[in-house]
Amino acid sequence: MAFESLSFSTASARRAPRLRSAAAAALLGVLAAGAALAEQKHREDVDVAAASNDGIRYFNAEDVPTFNINDKGELDWPTFSGFRRYHAECHVCHGPDGEGSTYAPALKNSALNLDYYAFLEVVASGRQVTGASGNSVMPAFGTNKNVMCYLDDIYSYLRARGVDALPRGRPAKREQKTDAYSDLEKECMEG
Amino acid sequence: MTRSAMRAAKAAFLGAALSGAAFFGPALAPALANDGLLALQDDPKQWTMQLGDYAGNRYSELDQINAENVKNLQVSWTFSTGVLRGHEGSPLVVGDVMYVHTPFPNTVYALDLNDDGRILWRYTPQQNPEVIGVMCCDTVYRGLAYADGVLFLHQADTTLVALDAKTGDVKWSVVNGDPAKGETNTTTVLPVKDKVIVGISGGEYGVRGHVTAYNVSDGSMAWRAYSTGPDDEMLVDPEKTTVLGKPVGANSSLESWEGDQWKIGGGTTWGWFTYDPEADLVYYGTGNPSTWNPSQRPGDNKWSMTIMARDPDTGVARWFYQKTPHDEWDYDGINENLLVDQEIDGVERKLLVNFDRNGFGYTLDRLTGELLVAEKYDPAVNWATHVDMDPASATYGRPQVVAEFSTEQNGEDVNSTGICPAALGSKDQQPSAFSPKTGLFYVPTNHVCMDYEPFRVSYTAGQPYVGATLSMYPAPDSHGGMGNFIAWDATQGKIAWSLPERFSVWSGALATAGDIVFYGTLEGYLKAVDSKTGEELYRFKTPSGIIGNVMTYEHKGKQYIGVLSGVGGWAGIGLAAGLTNANDGLGAVGGYAALSDYTALGGQLTVFALPN
Repeated sequence: MAFESLSFSTASARRAPRLRSAAAAALLGVLAAGAALAEQKHREDVDVAAASNDGIRYFNAEDVPTFNINDKGELDWPTFSGFRRYHAECHVCHGPDGEGSTYAPALKNSALNLDYYAFLEVVASGRQVTGASGNSVMPAFGTNKNVMCYLDDIYSYLRARGVDALPRGRPAKREQKTDAYSDLEKECMEG
Repeated sequence: MTRSAMRAAKAAFLGAALSGAAFFGPALAPALANDGLLALQDDPKQWTMQLGDYAGNRYSELDQINAENVKNLQVSWTFSTGVLRGHEGSPLVVGDVMYVHTPFPNTVYALDLNDDGRILWRYTPQQNPEVIGVMCCDTVYRGLAYADGVLFLHQADTTLVALDAKTGDVKWSVVNGDPAKGETNTTTVLPVKDKVIVGISGGEYGVRGHVTAYNVSDGSMAWRAYSTGPDDEMLVDPEKTTVLGKPVGANSSLESWEGDQWKIGGGTTWGWFTYDPEADLVYYGTGNPSTWNPSQRPGDNKWSMTIMARDPDTGVARWFYQKTPHDEWDYDGINENLLVDQEIDGVERKLLVNFDRNGFGYTLDRLTGELLVAEKYDPAVNWATHVDMDPASATYGRPQVVAEFSTEQNGEDVNSTGICPAALGSKDQQPSAFSPKTGLFYVPTNHVCMDYEPFRVSYTAGQPYVGATLSMYPAPDSHGGMGNFIAWDATQGKIAWSLPERFSVWSGALATAGDIVFYGTLEGYLKAVDSKTGEELYRFKTPSGIIGNVMTYEHKGKQYIGVLSGVGGWAGIGLAAGLTNANDGLGAVGGYAALSDYTALGGQLTVFALPN
């Protein structure tokens, strides 16, 4: 039940549960509709600096999830989790390391160019691009816990790739999973 | 006329015909699809089956183009399919007409070979594009099938359509699966006798695999055999269906799974079908068990990863052989089974040869399922030391797994490193060829290894159900490339020669009586090599990477070679941006060979011939 009942407040992304529910993301999608076509951003204009931590993950100054690499060179657990989940759920179309494939865009760039809320909207609801050379279809993952419970993780992983804070391949060093993260993960996956 | 009215009218007509037969003597035996197809496969001038013949040998008796003159090969004509996704499979040639298929939307073109490929008719199915989103690994389609004036199109959304080969008119259509559950199609079908044998894709969505036979006459279902589950749904006879020569026994699948996991346990059937008319057996392989996290599905997970021999009339299984019990690496067991007659230890045997994803080349007796040879066809393979060949052993026929590379033994949330081959296998679906002149098999291979970390996933119908993360890289301590094109002796289990390739060879091979073997590369080259030595005799760079299969035909006295270009598929996903290079250490910058540096999207048929 927890999966469906996690509440979400758009007033402050910061206070929202970080492993969020499908229903919440769908609501978010409605609010963010129309924002999907973001302008191309320069890498240096993207704010990925960790400004705060809620005991589970890091956020930038705008309370959008982000990554952190500590002074020992260890990647924060949620972003590492994003690496794992990306390479289970996303890479079969979008290629390894967020680099894109012959037909699906490089998400390491999309995560910089797309607003956080627009990103959630596309993942939860999917989208179709039709053209002369064939259709491009992003499926809706709104009901898929393996994706939705880890969406913030995947987002921060792709942002880390996009700004080249993480090289290709498996992150070499990472922090341990915290109990707080494990609890929320369990609640989301088994809810 | 309504559908039911049509049925009623048809029944009345049939009734009249049958009573007519009673008056005028014995009715003609019903025409069997493979009577016509059997005759066609012996005519090298036509290319009527995706694998060249029922035996899946991809061998042509045509020898106008040969080892001496292939260096003079030129492009004769080209055709753009209008689609820019991965182009697998090959066109068919029946009489004076070439039939070309495309990836989704699965358009079919009939081209007039007497008129420079003028389009005689085209058929564009209406499919819900939502299906694209549930197709793991690109919208590929491995091509049309033909029998007795009917073309069989198996669409991405699992609609099987029988088209009049002359007009493109729909004779009937039937739906084989439900894309909302992740059931899709990528493979070709095989017409056998009065039925057409059909598989299903979706192993990464927890689809329960099955093979289904539809009646050629009207598309009605004749039988369906699941890959997993109760014996009656698998069409298994506990006494008569055998495994390594012994009766399989009751509930063999159910006892190899925990709980109801088999219901979402994969074993899909997206590979190739071959058929031995004399033995009257159809052969195919089943895919990986779902999920990719082995800890979530204890047991052998039967009968995923299995070569199956079935009676085409009833679907009842004659024998099974499970190549990778309890898969821990996604070594999807669907690759083609080539049927050849060769001598082993001085005795002529009816053989089935399979180059499995797991890196072992298997030679079995195709009548009994007896295991004769199981050897690595890429020396990099390390996940198992060998296959136990001792019939007296408790582990007879099983691969001997190396603990270090066991993602099950290492456990969930542990990254197992340096496993060879990678999940795409030492070979994927790209079909191999066999030349009776050399007795050798020609195998397009991958030379890629991986790290594999399984973790817990939950199942949602119609959503990916994977449960592992993996990193792939060229086989370490080798030539640095990601593929080889090899010649294999299946009686000895030995590599005769091996050509290193920069990328995985994802194109089906063709061997000919001209002592040459053709294959395509991901950079887009069509290559011809000497069938005895492997010496390269010709190459031409086509407009896009080749994941299609090379075919040949003769028209008005001239031999042609045809191949589809159009990079994509698994290869296009994994390799588009390049893989990390293990030799540089993980995460090193600059060590990648990116396919995107060599080729771009395309969708083109290129046809070659010798100059006049």
